[in-house]
Order: sequence, then C-alpha cells, then structure tokens
Amino acid sequence: MSTNERIGVYICHCGSNIAQTVDCGALTEYAKTLPGVVVAKEYKYMCSDPGQDLIKKDVAENKLTRVVVSSCSPLMHEETFRTAVEDAGLNRFLFQMSNIREQVSWVHKDKVKATEKAKKLLRAAANRVLHQRPLERREVPVMPEVVVVGGGIAGIEAALRLADAGKKVHLVEKEPTIGGHMARFDKTFPTLDCAACILTPKMVSVGQHPNINLMVCSEVEEVSGYTGNFKVKVRKKATCVDNEKCVGCGVCWEKCPAKKISSEFEEGLANRTAIYIPFPQAVPKRPVIDRDNCIYFKTGKCKVCEKFCDRKAIDFEQKDEVVELTVGAVIAATGFETLDPRELPRYGYGRFDNVLSPLEFERMTNASGPTAGKVLLKDGTAPKSVAILHCIGSRDEKHLKHCSRVCCMYSLKFAHLVEEKTHAEITNFYIDIRAFGKGYEEFYHRLLKEGVTFVRGKAAEVTDVVEAPEEQGKLVVVAEDTLLGKVRRVPVDMVVLSTGLRARSDAGHMAHVLGISRSADGFFLERHPKLGPVDTPTEGIYLAGACQGPKDIPDSVAQGAAAAACALSLIVRGRVVLEPVTAEIDEKKCAGCKLCIANCPYSAIEYDEGKKVSVVIEALCKGCGTCVATCPSGAARQKNFEDAQISSEIVGILASM
Amino acid sequence: MRRYGYFPGCSLMVTNRAYSISATRVARELGVELAEVSDWNCCGATAYLALSEAKAFVMSARNLALAEAEGHDTLVAACSGCYVVLRKTGKYLDEKPAVRSRVTKALAAGDMTYNRTVKVRHLLDVLVNDCGEEGVRARVKKPLEGLKVAAYYGCQVGRPFGEADDPEFPVTMDRLMGWLGATTVDFPVRAACCGGLTMTTEPDLGMEMTGRILRVARERGADCIATACPLCQINLEAYQDKIGRKLGTDLRMPVVYFTQLMGRAFGLSSQEVMAQDSLTDVSAVLA
Amino acid sequence: MKSGKPRRLDAEATRSLRKEFLEHVKELPDGEKVMECIQCGTCSATCPSASRMDYSPRAIVAALRAGDLEHVLESDSVWLCASCYGCTVRCPAGIPFTDMMYELKRLAMARGLLPRARQASVMAGTFAETVNRLGRNNEVALIRKYYLRTNPFAAMGQMGFALRMMKRGRLELSSHRIKGIEGLVKMLSTVEQEGAK
Repeated sequence: MSTNERIGVYICHCGSNIAQTVDCGALTEYAKTLPGVVVAKEYKYMCSDPGQDLIKKDVAENKLTRVVVSSCSPLMHEETFRTAVEDAGLNRFLFQMSNIREQVSWVHKDKVKATEKAKKLLRAAANRVLHQRPLERREVPVMPEVVVVGGGIAGIEAALRLADAGKKVHLVEKEPTIGGHMARFDKTFPTLDCAACILTPKMVSVGQHPNINLMVCSEVEEVSGYTGNFKVKVRKKATCVDNEKCVGCGVCWEKCPAKKISSEFEEGLANRTAIYIPFPQAVPKRPVIDRDNCIYFKTGKCKVCEKFCDRKAIDFEQKDEVVELTVGAVIAATGFETLDPRELPRYGYGRFDNVLSPLEFERMTNASGPTAGKVLLKDGTAPKSVAILHCIGSRDEKHLKHCSRVCCMYSLKFAHLVEEKTHAEITNFYIDIRAFGKGYEEFYHRLLKEGVTFVRGKAAEVTDVVEAPEEQGKLVVVAEDTLLGKVRRVPVDMVVLSTGLRARSDAGHMAHVLGISRSADGFFLERHPKLGPVDTPTEGIYLAGACQGPKDIPDSVAQGAAAAACALSLIVRGRVVLEPVTAEIDEKKCAGCKLCIANCPYSAIEYDEGKKVSVVIEALCKGCGTCVATCPSGAARQKNFEDAQISSEIVGILASM
Repeated sequence: MRRYGYFPGCSLMVTNRAYSISATRVARELGVELAEVSDWNCCGATAYLALSEAKAFVMSARNLALAEAEGHDTLVAACSGCYVVLRKTGKYLDEKPAVRSRVTKALAAGDMTYNRTVKVRHLLDVLVNDCGEEGVRARVKKPLEGLKVAAYYGCQVGRPFGEADDPEFPVTMDRLMGWLGATTVDFPVRAACCGGLTMTTEPDLGMEMTGRILRVARERGADCIATACPLCQINLEAYQDKIGRKLGTDLRMPVVYFTQLMGRAFGLSSQEVMAQDSLTDVSAVLA
Repeated sequence: MKSGKPRRLDAEATRSLRKEFLEHVKELPDGEKVMECIQCGTCSATCPSASRMDYSPRAIVAALRAGDLEHVLESDSVWLCASCYGCTVRCPAGIPFTDMMYELKRLAMARGLLPRARQASVMAGTFAETVNRLGRNNEVALIRKYYLRTNPFAAMGQMGFALRMMKRGRLELSSHRIKGIEGLVKMLSTVEQEGAK
C-alpha cells in the first residue's frame, strides 16, 4: 500500500516492564518496514518529558503527519501522547496507540512469541493511523451542584466538605435517616471513642446546612448526561408525613398501636412502631409510616397518629415524588452489607440463641441499644466465656474471596468490650491478625495485655454435641490450634461471628444506573487501583467509602473528603472539554426509518421532519455506537470508530507476518 | 410411570438387600420404576480409588455407558459410596479432557462408548424431590405418628458437590419424614461420617465415629435412626453392643433405611420392607 | 517434635517426590489450589480422624512446603482418611483435600513407602483383586481375605457378627461374576498399559 502520509513510530521500554519480555530493538526495526513509516525509535520512558520531546522534534524535523506509540494501556497515557502530538502542531486524533504492556509483556513469558504479538499490535496501529481523521473537541460549561448518593459517614463527609466550600449538595439517602452503619456502632477502634459522640454532630450539621438538600427515603433512579452536566432522577418515597409541618414531637410514635414490629436498626433485637424514627438521634428527626405494617394501610381503620398530630402533618394520601436534579458531578457513597451468617450453617447462627452476628453485638453493647449496653445471654444472665470467630465468610473462595479489612479490628474491639463489661474469658479464633492502621497494632497489644486469648486457627464449627462434662450446656467451638498442631474444643456461653463485608445486593443495579463498573468482588471499580482510587472510568462520577471495597471509618472519611475534592476541582474549573467521539448521520444515506431513534439509549437522536432524516444531538450523544450497528443503510457513523479505521486495525492483526 | 436407570451397587445384592427391595417397592408405590441397569459392575468405590483413580473411573464409566445404552438420562444410586464415585467420574469426564480420552480409549477396548448424557443422582434426592410433597403425602396410609426419627444422611450423600442439598446441613430427609407423619429430632451429627471402612481397617477410630452418632441420637430422644447408605446402616446396626461395652454405655437404637419407613407409612407390611433383615430390634418402628 | 526423624530419601529424590505429587494433584479439578493453602486449620478441625493422624490435612500441606512428604507417606495419616469430604466442603481455599488424600495413597503404594503396612492399604489391594476377578465386590470373600492377610485372630472377633448375618441370610456365600467380565478386564488392562495412575 502506498501513501503520502509520514508516520513516526515510538516504542516504549517502560523501564524494564516491556523491554524484559519484548525485543524492543527488533520491534523498532520491524516498524521501519511498515507502509508510511519514516521514523521509528525506541526509548526507555516515552511518557517522560524527553520521550514526548522526541515526538515533537520529529514532527518538526521529519514533517511527520501521523504518530504511533507502542507502550502501555491508552487508559494510562493516551491523553499524554495526544497532547504531545497537539503541541507539535498536529491534530490530536492523528495518533494511535498500541498496548504492548498490559496486553503483551505483563501477560506473556516467552520473549519470541511476545515480540511477534507486539509486532502484530503495532502493525494494527500503523494501519489504522492512516485512516484517522482530524476531529475538534468542544468545551461546555459545568453545572455547579453535586449529588451525593448515600448518607453514611463517607457520604456525610463528602457532602459537608462540598457544602462548606459553598457548593450546593443534594444528599440522597435510601433509609429514613442518615448515619449509615456507623450510627449503629457503640465504640470505634482503636481509640474507643463513642461512635454517636463523633457522628451525631456531623449528622446535625448536615441537617442544618443551608447548602445541603437532604432527601431521605429517596433513591436515584436514573442518571443521564455527561461529566459536568448530569441529569439525576430521584424518587422520594411517600413517608405519609409532611416534613414541613412536622416538628418531630414524637406523639405519633408514642401513640401508634402497632408496636411489635421488628426494628431494622436494632437488628431485630427490639421492636418499633409502624410510624417511627429509626433511633432517637435520627436526622432528619421526622417519622415515616411503614405501610406494610401500618394498621390503617392493612385494615383501612386506625389513623391514631393523625388524630394525635396537632400539626396536621400526617398525610395518608401522600404519593412518591420524582425530582430531577441537574448537577456537575456525582459521588457514589452507597456503602456495604455484612455477610448473612446463615450462609454458613456450620456456625449455628439461627439455630443457637447465643450465636450473634456482629451488628447484633454492636447493638447489644450500645448504651442506647436493646439491653442498654449490657452483654447478656438470651436467658438474661451475663456470659462467663465468649468466643469471637474471625474471618467468617471472608478469605473464603466459596463466599467472599477478599479480606474484609475491618473484622480483625472490630473483633479486637468486641473482645475489649466483653472483657470490660463482663470479665468473661474471651477466646479469639483467627487466621492472621491484620492490624495495619495507625494505632491498630498497639490496640492488639493492649488486648494481649488484657489477657484475651488468641488461638491461631479458623473455627471449623460451633456445636452443642457434648464430648466432655465441661461442655454440658455450652456452645463448643472446634478449631485447630495450628501453632500447637492440635484440634481444640473450647466450650463457651456466647459466640460472636465476625462476618465479612460484601458489596450491597443492589450494587449491580446501582452500577447500571450510574453507568460505572464493578470489580470481581462486586464492589464499584475505581479508575486505577493506585493512582485513581476515587475516580471511576466515567468522568464526573466519584467513589467514597465502602461501596468501593471494605473500609474502616478513617479510610471512609478520607475517601469522602477526597471525593469532595475531586468533584470540586471539576465544578470549580467551570468548563469541561468533551471528546468528539460521537455519532453522526449522513443525511444523504439516511432513509428516515427511525430505527436509530428507537434504539438510542440516551435519546440523543431527533427526527428532522423537514428533511425526513434522523439527526444526532451531539451534546447528548455518548458515542456508544448502538445507532451505527442498528442503521440498515450505513448512514450512521461513529467518529474515531469508522468502519475503515476498525477494519484496517483488524487486518493488521490477522494478516500473516 | 417415571422410569430411571437404577444402580443398586454390590452391597445391596445380599448383605443390604433390605434397602434395595424396600426402595424398589416404595418407588413403585410412587409411580417410579427403578430399572436396574443390566450387568453393571462395581462402581470403583473408595478402596479402588486409593489404588488407581484411572481404573476406578473406567469402572464407573462402564456403568454410565450401560445406562446410556439402555436409554436412561438419569442413573439413580442408592449407596452413597457408589453415588460419589459415579458422580465424580461424570464430572471428571466433563471437565478433564485427559481423563475423557483415557476412559474413552479403555471403554473402546471392551467395545463400549459413552457420550456423557447420563446424570447421576442419589435415591433420596429422586424420591423426595421428583415425587414431591404432594406425591408422597398422597400415598401415606399409615402416618408414622409420634415416631421421632434421627434423620442421618452420612457424609457422601451430599458431598463434596452438594447439588441436591446443603453439603453440611442437609434437610431433605427431614422434610420427607414430616410428610410421612413422623417428626425428626435436632440431630447435629446428621452429616457426620459413620466411619466407613475404618470400622474394619482402624476399628478404634471407626467405633469412635459410629459411637458418637448412636450416642447423640439417644441423647436427642430419637426412637430410631434412618439411613440412606448401606455402609452407614451396617456400621450403625452391627456394632452397637461392642461400642456400648467399650464406652460403658447403652447405645442400642433401631437403625432402618429411610425407604423402610416410607414403606410402612405407605401401608406395606413389615415383611415387605424386609424388617426381618435388621440386626437391631426394629419391632417398635417397622411393626 | 517430628523434625528429628531421619530421612531415607536424598535431596534429589525428595524434590522428585514433591514434583510428582504436585503434577498429579494439578491434574485433579481444582487441584492447583493446594498452592493457595492459608494454613487456617479448618480441614484438620473438621476431620474426624485428625486426632489420630501424625500429619493432619493442614500439616500435610505444611510438610509439602517443607519438602517433607516422605515422612507424611511413611506415617499413618493418609490411610486414616475415611473419605467423608468434610475438609473439601469447608476448605476456604477450595482445595480438594479428599482427592489429594487418594493421590497420596496411590503415591505411597507406588513408591513402596509403607513401612508399617497399614491395614487400609491391604484393604484397597484385596478389594481390587476381588473386583478384578468378579466385576463386583463380594463382601464375604473380601473380609475373609483381608483378615487372613492382616490379623487372622481379629477375624475371631467378627464371628458373632457373621453368625447374626448368616441367620438373616445376609451373607453372600456364592460369588456373582458379571457377564461382561472379559470386556471389563480388557478395559482395565488398557488403562494399565497406558501407565495411568
């Protein structure tokens, strides 16, 4: 194939990352044989300033018209090289990248075969760059508001930081109150401050902040648009209480006759009424009616709350309301779930009264919880011996493959609280103690000094089968003490299962709504595990807290603040540059069948009645390519993903060497 | 009439014929034909696996091939030991090309082929899950009222694959006993190992394992233990006095096949469910 | 401590034993997961035989890593496995322990590492002989031969049991041979010729 184009090819060694598996010298020589290539060079770090200068210098001296770089993933450095090409005076889209690190050197061992593969990928890029067209980017203004999804500690932190910076924040919370899991804890490790004492002031600030629009009992249903310009649809569920009129006096929930409803906040260890606030410090302090359990909704009679409400705030006819917000950035802070210990019947949860989940234990030790902070067995007496079983469901490929990060530390906290409140004998069964945070190892040593016993071995089961007189009437924990190489049976009165943290069961749905991905463990996927832990691959959407992976409170707060900073840096900029990778419809070829309009997921195509053709609204188009695949007449075309561009690339890969 | 390929296994021919005979009879009551695969051979079993895995797979594969040739898509095993080996062979043939080619070649030497179309299931799974609550309840003529059963599954009925029930805490037989009008006791050792062949090769260990199951059944107030495997059955019924003497405690307890209890509830006579074969005093249970 | 035991195998033989074992184990479905053992001890605490084993299932993996398989094979440990699959079901690393135990039994027999001739290995051998001859097992023949080979006096202890079984007609006195025995023998010898384990 002959061409007038003058291509420069640059091979990156990436230190030794690429060079140790790919023969970069041979690859460079091979590049020189490809059609249109006038310059081919290899360099240790193409992304460095001297590396980029190589490109700029050659464009000027060798009159290059196109540039190819073989290096890492475009996710890493496509922007870097496009900018270099642009600085050199070429259009930034007259550039193509081939990935010989993630797709070659990091996944192969055989240098000869790896080099052959790198050659094919390079040839594909060199073929394609000939078909690249110059495109112009456009700038659009950024909407100055932010929506934060989830009102746990991470979402609260993000919302307060943004609001304090003078930005309007919409905080969307599914439950009737903000506070999340932390609101249910008693003490926090390793300092043992009271969770409520440090959390409730922040919750109150959220409730009172003039820049925060707090929406509880609300869920995000749809997110459309693009960075700087998102449209977010939020459904505010009917609570049957007019929050403007209500002052949270509490008469309604005192008078409500439906009193035996298991409290979600108390993990079922206490009851609530049908009109209720989850706990006394709830923010907003406004009750909601649980329609499934309300006597009026079930039988058509009652309305006791309405009779006693002198503010006339009860509204049984209230309907859900859908609000559409226009924001520049979205922060997902949707949190986590704990593993249901019923998944592991060997530990007897649900069969034995005194086998507790960690949240049940948190409520039990909480001064405002169902036992007023006393650690008690089902029969009301204090336990004389307690076992705490680490790693339940975590580090287990049949359940949660990951380490849940917080269980070691909360187990140590539990051990301390039991020791403080009951002086019971405490045995921890663990695989490894992971006390990695600031002050954590010191806390572990404090527990060792307090005389808590640690057995190095994962508990295999909890049984009530008696094998020795001292086991009578007890729960027996069976584990191998791996340091002794002996199986031990430890009889105790109470067992706490330190279950792991998992992605929420609706994480898949939320990821779909937000247009973001999830990692193999089910948590939301960050842009880069090291350098982009707060960003997502979708511009303008950021992550905070345990929705991205198991996290303790300090890390959740840190990420909440970081997400706020990311969102701020976007909206303060005021304008964003949009990639021109959108679709366009050739009106000469368009037959006006409207198939593309029906299939466009972003409603970005209109029908021009005058010309009888479909027209792409560029501002709404996300460049997904659906219309291109749908169009029967080949009128729809995707910029930068044109047929000629893609097929030339495929030919480059498939043709024999 | 539903029809399944049936693999009784060596131990059900004479020693534990009570299981096979009662199973075939209650199946017929439920409209199920257990069609014995003709000229089947030993499944390969635990002991053979220890010697040569490849040979054990070939032996199992021959049985699967026989069932396939007779047009069955399901092969029902009554013995948990056979069930595991047959099931495992099917899985290896599906997942491991090396095993597949080796076995195919061996089968060909005896002029046989196997196209991997047979699913192996346990008798307990088939009778409970395919006949269902309604089907079983409809046949009950003499509900086992007041009978407290320790539903004992043994280890291999659901392990390691656990397809029909939880491998650690199965409940299939408990559900069945409820349909028959009996109640089941809280039986935490329901899926513990009976000791298997260790009863012969390491008697002290075997007796420890069997003894625990008998002891817990008595502690939990069971009237009898119901089993779903011939090896469990014989370990639990044959050595009660011996283990009892060793442990200094009375471990006597009627041990019956779950199919025998089904038969009695369906109105079959104690002779028809082969009560006379029992080594334990089952008069109160199967009378 | 067991570390004091002398080794019969030299360094090269030790390495090759480990290598052979790993190669075979990796042929099992999920066998490669043995590399991912986190030494949590769930297997050992689940195993009904562990209290009598010199090397519990977890310790066998530890010994494998320490290059000490020889002592594992010479010990009783793998022959005490009753194949209940409890360890396999519970192992958080997904290691098919029971299958691994079979592999170790085969390896011990192939290498003759059975100084104390465990009964279970005799049982396996006797069982296979019976089945190879008949195509099916015959329990009477099996048990008779087994006791003759291990401990004829122990058989006396079984007399009461035998009598009770006989009374009920539960002893299989005549042996049934399958019709297709010839074909089966051909199949098994094909496997043998292939040299498969």
